[in-house]
Amino acid sequence: MTTLLSVGTLSKRFGGLQAVNEVSFSVTAGSIKALIGPNGAGKTTLFNLISGVIAPDSGFINFCGHEVQGLRPHQVASRGMARTFQHIRLFPKMSVLENVMIGRHIHSRAGFVAGMLNLPYAWSEEKKIIEKAHEILAFLELENLADVEATSLSYGQQRNVELGRALACEPKLLLLDEPAAGLNMSETAELGALISRIRDTGVTVLIVEHDMTLVMDISDEIIVLSYGKKIADDKPLAVQSNSEVINVYLGEDEDDA
Amino acid sequence: MSAKFLQLIGLAVCIVAIQICTQMTDSSYYLTQLTMTAYYSLLVIGLCMLIGYAGQISLGHAGFFAIGGYMSAFLTTHDFTAIKGEPFVAFLSKIGVLVVRKDVYGGELLAFHSWPACILSVCTVLIVAYVIGGPVLKLKGHYLAMATLGFGIIIYRIVVGTSGLGAADGISGVPGFTLFPGVVISGKGSGRILNYYIAWGVVIAGMTFLLNLISSRVGRALSAIHGAEDAAEAMGIPTANYKLKVFVLSAGFAAVAGILLTHFNGSIGPSEASVMKSVRYVAIVAIGGMTSLWGAVFMSLILNYFSLRGSFGTYDDAVFGVILVLIMLFAPDGLIRRQILIDLKYFFRRFAKKEAAL
Amino acid sequence: MELLFQYIVAGVTYGTIYAIVAIGFNIIYNTTGIINFAQGEFVMLGGMTAFTLKEYMPLPLAIVSAVIITMIIGALIEMLFIRWLHKPSVLRMIIITIGLSILIRETALHIWGEGVTALPYFTGTSLSSVNLGGVFVSPQVFWAVGISSVVVVLLGVFFNFTLLGKQMRACSANREAARLCGISTQNMVTLSFMLSAAIGALGGCIVSPITYIQYDSGSQLAIKGFTVAILGGLGNSTAAVAAAMILGILESFSIWALPAAYKDVVSIAIMLIILFLKPSGLFGNAASARLKEY
Repeated sequence: MTTLLSVGTLSKRFGGLQAVNEVSFSVTAGSIKALIGPNGAGKTTLFNLISGVIAPDSGFINFCGHEVQGLRPHQVASRGMARTFQHIRLFPKMSVLENVMIGRHIHSRAGFVAGMLNLPYAWSEEKKIIEKAHEILAFLELENLADVEATSLSYGQQRNVELGRALACEPKLLLLDEPAAGLNMSETAELGALISRIRDTGVTVLIVEHDMTLVMDISDEIIVLSYGKKIADDKPLAVQSNSEVINVYLGEDEDDA
Repeated sequence: MSAKFLQLIGLAVCIVAIQICTQMTDSSYYLTQLTMTAYYSLLVIGLCMLIGYAGQISLGHAGFFAIGGYMSAFLTTHDFTAIKGEPFVAFLSKIGVLVVRKDVYGGELLAFHSWPACILSVCTVLIVAYVIGGPVLKLKGHYLAMATLGFGIIIYRIVVGTSGLGAADGISGVPGFTLFPGVVISGKGSGRILNYYIAWGVVIAGMTFLLNLISSRVGRALSAIHGAEDAAEAMGIPTANYKLKVFVLSAGFAAVAGILLTHFNGSIGPSEASVMKSVRYVAIVAIGGMTSLWGAVFMSLILNYFSLRGSFGTYDDAVFGVILVLIMLFAPDGLIRRQILIDLKYFFRRFAKKEAAL
Repeated sequence: MELLFQYIVAGVTYGTIYAIVAIGFNIIYNTTGIINFAQGEFVMLGGMTAFTLKEYMPLPLAIVSAVIITMIIGALIEMLFIRWLHKPSVLRMIIITIGLSILIRETALHIWGEGVTALPYFTGTSLSSVNLGGVFVSPQVFWAVGISSVVVVLLGVFFNFTLLGKQMRACSANREAARLCGISTQNMVTLSFMLSAAIGALGGCIVSPITYIQYDSGSQLAIKGFTVAILGGLGNSTAAVAAAMILGILESFSIWALPAAYKDVVSIAIMLIILFLKPSGLFGNAASARLKEY
């Protein structure tokens, strides 16, 4: 059991708000780890720290044996970390296929000159990109939508396209930011099955999610955050019976957060 | 792939057709303006790449045009005879970078050959664009517009205020650009048809490069940056680096346009560096439809041609102003596109609804 | 020593006009989030209109009329070109206001021609001067500084103590919330265009005797005004006044070191440096500036 990602005493402060407070945890390669907590617990901030969108004030992020804190998001991405967004961020005016093809960016290398001159290696590479993108669309059962403009799809389909785009990166670690938000129960169940299938292909998954059924179903381990602090990090069943977690979620006294 | 190819053939056919028309109607003097239009179009397609595909505005592209043009003009007209003895200068003349030629008064002068002058000028512009572009492209929206505008004004002020560059008069007596022996870019009447084809040939080459780029991995990445920058970054696209490269590329197009047009006209003046020129280029890109290279070429052909023919009289700038405002108000995505009919229908329906409400 | 003082006086004079243009930028920016690239044109229009009107009426009346006319033009521009746009992109607004500035400039060219105009000195002539401890200062400088100070104070009172001013500030803080409170945000935007046009026009009248005005003076003033607005931090008018004085004085001293033709280069280079290093301005807060959309 190797550790793919380990985060140590990570902190981030926004003005007077300690959004993430000395959080440490690690993710085992090939597992599904969930990150839960009430609204404002710092889950998305933690995600943004890991993927390089914001730089931490202190602490380290070790990914595949390299410290990645302070790197730009594209540098983190090219080391094998792909993510989806809480609010879907597909590329408008591009087809589903093209959106997924963007995911192949880090695995191809034709630059400006090769592109302008349409050099042979650029178009043979392009062919491979298209092939791979189709493969991923087939995996997600989106083949028939390949040429549709991505932003014109239904919400659930857009989620899947975004997932496909991230998968096209062939990431070692996949970060999913509330993938079940806005999905109904059957769609959520399908998503759960899909995430498990993705894990079975060898991808490690770190997921932020509000839907407890989904989290309990698929995760190997769960971290609970509250007010920027880690209060639990254990197997689903153990977390469920953790008294602190119950307090945070069900509240005590007049604290109705 | 093949559609792109057909479009380019179409452009080439149009170019030939226009030439044959002028030949038959004995009005080949139109070709002079059409040639100049071609060079401006070269700048415009480069700018279109930057604004439309990478989503970054520049109000300073006349600056790059002017740096290229002025530098090439200076190098090919400045007399280095006085420092002929310097070892470096002697070396340059020995390898043919500096050549002796006759100036307009019949005297001899030792100046740069047009090829090395051109290459030096393009390289200078690329370096300037790279250095400026780094910090400028970190800015967004109004700040980006103002910073590029500021750059344009600085170049204009320097050009106007420097006596070595002819101050308000600019540099004249620029020799033709000898591409290879016998083929010269210059405004001489005898080479008019040849020059027309050279100019449009350059535009077609430029279009080919850019169309290739758009349909490549890089082009896809650029539209991703334009569409959702944070997502593009998360997919491993180095957004800052790509923006900078497009900026440098479009500056390079502007430089080549400036150099070739200067040699064609035989002169360059400070008006080429003025802010109004930069605004015009942006206007043409906007009218052609920000994300349409073909729209940009088409509008550039029409607007530059009529402007150069003097069709707009003293209202030249005003015409551009009016078009700019109207397009941005009613068709912010440009004129040359399929949805324009749908938009018009929508506009009139809304208009009718308002009428009915009254 | 006296020369030094002369330079400072010249700097303050130019600083005054830059401050006025910057305040015009800020008023519109604060209510709409738009940088009005045609701001300098308001200054030009004010100076030119007053110059024409003074043929027919006494100077003070001509200035007041010019300010009112420019104000109406400002309102018309907003109503015709800005008001009905639904959530326009920044790029679109930049291009529209640039287009408008070209239109105003070209119209001015066809009305007034390329000639340079100047209003007469408000008191005295170009030769009269006030002796200030051995340094001779033109009375127009006092007019310029005096009127601008009054404008700044009045604006402060307007925005802080009148209901209308508070409503406009509410629009800038949160447009949606202001609308929900029953404030007509659209009218506030029109008002901000009128106010900034009027202030620009007044500025044009004040400096016209000293600097002269012609049809294309606007764009230069606009970029200086913008530089000052940025230096002070966009939207902060008090800081803009301070920044304007700094820029005016720096510019006037730059003549020592550089040919006068490069004067503009100095101020624009300052703008670029500020944009690159500290876009929130000399007095701005970087953290809060990051939250704004430019």
